Amino acid sequence: MKHQTLKALATVIALAAVLMLGACHKKTAPPPPPPPAPAAPTASISVSPDTIAQGQSATLTWQTSNATDVSIDGIGAVQPGGSQQVNPTDSTTYHLVAKGSGGTQEATTRLTVTPPPAAEAPPAPSPSEEDLFGHTVKDIYFDYDKSDVRADQQASIQADMLFLNQHSNIGFTIEGHCDDRGSTEYNLALGDQRASAVKNALTTAGVNASRVKTISYGKEKPFCLEDNEGCWQQNRRGHFVYQK
Amino acid sequence: MIADKLPMKTYRGTILSYTVSFCPGSRNAFRRMNDTHRPRPHCASGARLLSALSLLILLCSLLLSPAFAQDWVRTGSGLGVEKVRLAVPDFKPSNSDPQNDELLKTFNDTFWNDLDNSGVVELISKSFYPLQVPGQPPEVTFGAWNSPPPNAAMLAFGNLGVAAGKLTVQGWLYDVKNTASPEVLGKQYTDVPSSDAARVMAHRFADEIIFRLGGGIPGIAESKIYFVSDRSGHKEIWVMDYDGSNQRQLTHLSSDSLSPRVSPDGSRLAFSSLTKSGWDILMFSIDLNRVVSFPRFGGTNLSPAWSPDGAHLALSSSRGGNSQIYVCDASGANLHRLTSNKGPDVGPAWNRKTGAQIAFVSGSTGLPQVYTIEADGTNQQRMTDQGYAVSPNWSPNGQFLTLAWTRKYGPGEPGSRDIYLMDIASKQWVQLTHDGGSHDSPSWSPDGRHIVFESGRSGKEEIWMMLADGTKLHQLTFTGHNSQPNWSWK
Repeated sequence: MKHQTLKALATVIALAAVLMLGACHKKTAPPPPPPPAPAAPTASISVSPDTIAQGQSATLTWQTSNATDVSIDGIGAVQPGGSQQVNPTDSTTYHLVAKGSGGTQEATTRLTVTPPPAAEAPPAPSPSEEDLFGHTVKDIYFDYDKSDVRADQQASIQADMLFLNQHSNIGFTIEGHCDDRGSTEYNLALGDQRASAVKNALTTAGVNASRVKTISYGKEKPFCLEDNEGCWQQNRRGHFVYQK
Repeated sequence: MIADKLPMKTYRGTILSYTVSFCPGSRNAFRRMNDTHRPRPHCASGARLLSALSLLILLCSLLLSPAFAQDWVRTGSGLGVEKVRLAVPDFKPSNSDPQNDELLKTFNDTFWNDLDNSGVVELISKSFYPLQVPGQPPEVTFGAWNSPPPNAAMLAFGNLGVAAGKLTVQGWLYDVKNTASPEVLGKQYTDVPSSDAARVMAHRFADEIIFRLGGGIPGIAESKIYFVSDRSGHKEIWVMDYDGSNQRQLTHLSSDSLSPRVSPDGSRLAFSSLTKSGWDILMFSIDLNRVVSFPRFGGTNLSPAWSPDGAHLALSSSRGGNSQIYVCDASGANLHRLTSNKGPDVGPAWNRKTGAQIAFVSGSTGLPQVYTIEADGTNQQRMTDQGYAVSPNWSPNGQFLTLAWTRKYGPGEPGSRDIYLMDIASKQWVQLTHDGGSHDSPSWSPDGRHIVFESGRSGKEEIWMMLADGTKLHQLTFTGHNSQPNWSWK
């Protein structure tokens, strides 16, 4: 009996040894790394489902390549690829910035959150103008130390202009923001110039200047507090605020 | 054109010629001294000579190498090698009042610190002092002080005591090598017995000594530093003594208030604050301890700066589109535009000696650079050649700018922003801070020997000060985030 137990034990040990050896064996001779080719990063992001009721959650999935520095607005720095459960209370646009030696790539996806089923009196009120403004009008992002509207932001300007011209009674403020690497006073002047640049782009496109106020916050009110380019980019923007 | 690297020889020449022209007559007096080789530091006829020599010593020690400075000092001023060797034994109690101990500690600490920070004397370590230190003139044993180990040239001593509800401090400065007529200075101060009074007395007596040993330039021990602090939860304007003591909040606006600039007479403080209408210049009366009226200009208004006569303010305003430098009266009237550049212009600073030029920052060519312009708007000159240059501040003698500068900026150039000093005429520069993270907002002391600035070297934004050669670096604030220091004009 004792003999049998020992035999069984020996078998187990032998099996384990074989398994471990096999495992060790696999590690040998990794292929030499391919020569570094500074390729432009790619980025994609999606959310499933893209519409949820308030209180439910959805899965955010993203994939990047050739990126060393990946961040998602509102989430922060993330792995190059992955997925995450999100359950925002309001509709949210997820903005992914992938930065690598070959450049910067951005991708966005939008999760629409429907209000909870109206159990009480007002049956499904249409979203207020302020909500529409918040959901539709896109902030404009800037390059470091620059205050001219970049080519890749023209689409946002066009979309903003379309909405603002459709809702011509809305007044709003454009806040100019800067990343925190510069000097306080200079950043306030730069933020002023950024807010003015966005205002000018809209007024040239037909938005009445009397609807638009500008204010600079320099580096006084950052959106993101980390020390990396993804975060700095978040802070270099013209931010739209609905004016009640 | 700016030299890539500062050629030391030329720079020395610049400083020296400045020194000589700053004190006309010093050259002749100096030559006379060379002939006689006799130290006469305190006789009446030597007074101008003493101040000229001390100024030389100061500037030599601030800006030149010690070896070079010795050539000038060894010629018979009798003041020691580079700086006056000063012994400062603790003041002694003059009676047995129980309050004396605490007041003596405050007085002695403040007094030592003032002299140590002055940059004009070499304090001799207390471990070299004889066991018996004087509290009164008859107790001075010259031989114990004027020969090694202390080998002092000067001795500051005195006593403190509380009697009949009054605090009295007596202090003397002795030239201990001149045993026949040693007294350079004798002072008595009386006030209520409080640690504030003891601190003020220490500041006053230290300033008297620094004035005499530092070339006739008034000391700064009673000067103030205005700054921005967020320790109340908002960025408000605060003030402290020059040594970091006595910190208190001036504004209570519960908004963001920045860029404090005190008027030359110390009665008013201009600053920029986020109001309902945007960034406006506000005026705070230090006498009335409240914000007083000042016009709103529209647009983003930043970085006010006083002209040295206190009659004008320069500021940055975007009321006409881009941020540009404007000038107005101290009342805010007669606002007119000075610059017309493409990029944002901000951070003006007047030439504190002449009031004839204004230095400022412009981003018109990309990264911000420092420029100067005549106060009438002509002759705009670029001062910095590269990098990211901001926050110019003019030295009291009108000769130098101090500024915050990242000389190399961009990907793969993780340079930090350091404090620099630039000679205006030659555009030659020296780097004053090193390896301490990001620095900004340098401001000169009234005596031109010190610079206060903000630095992240402790891990967060705090206010530091140093001598204008980058030595004697020390931290003044420790609570919350503190920034944008502005030194009072006197």
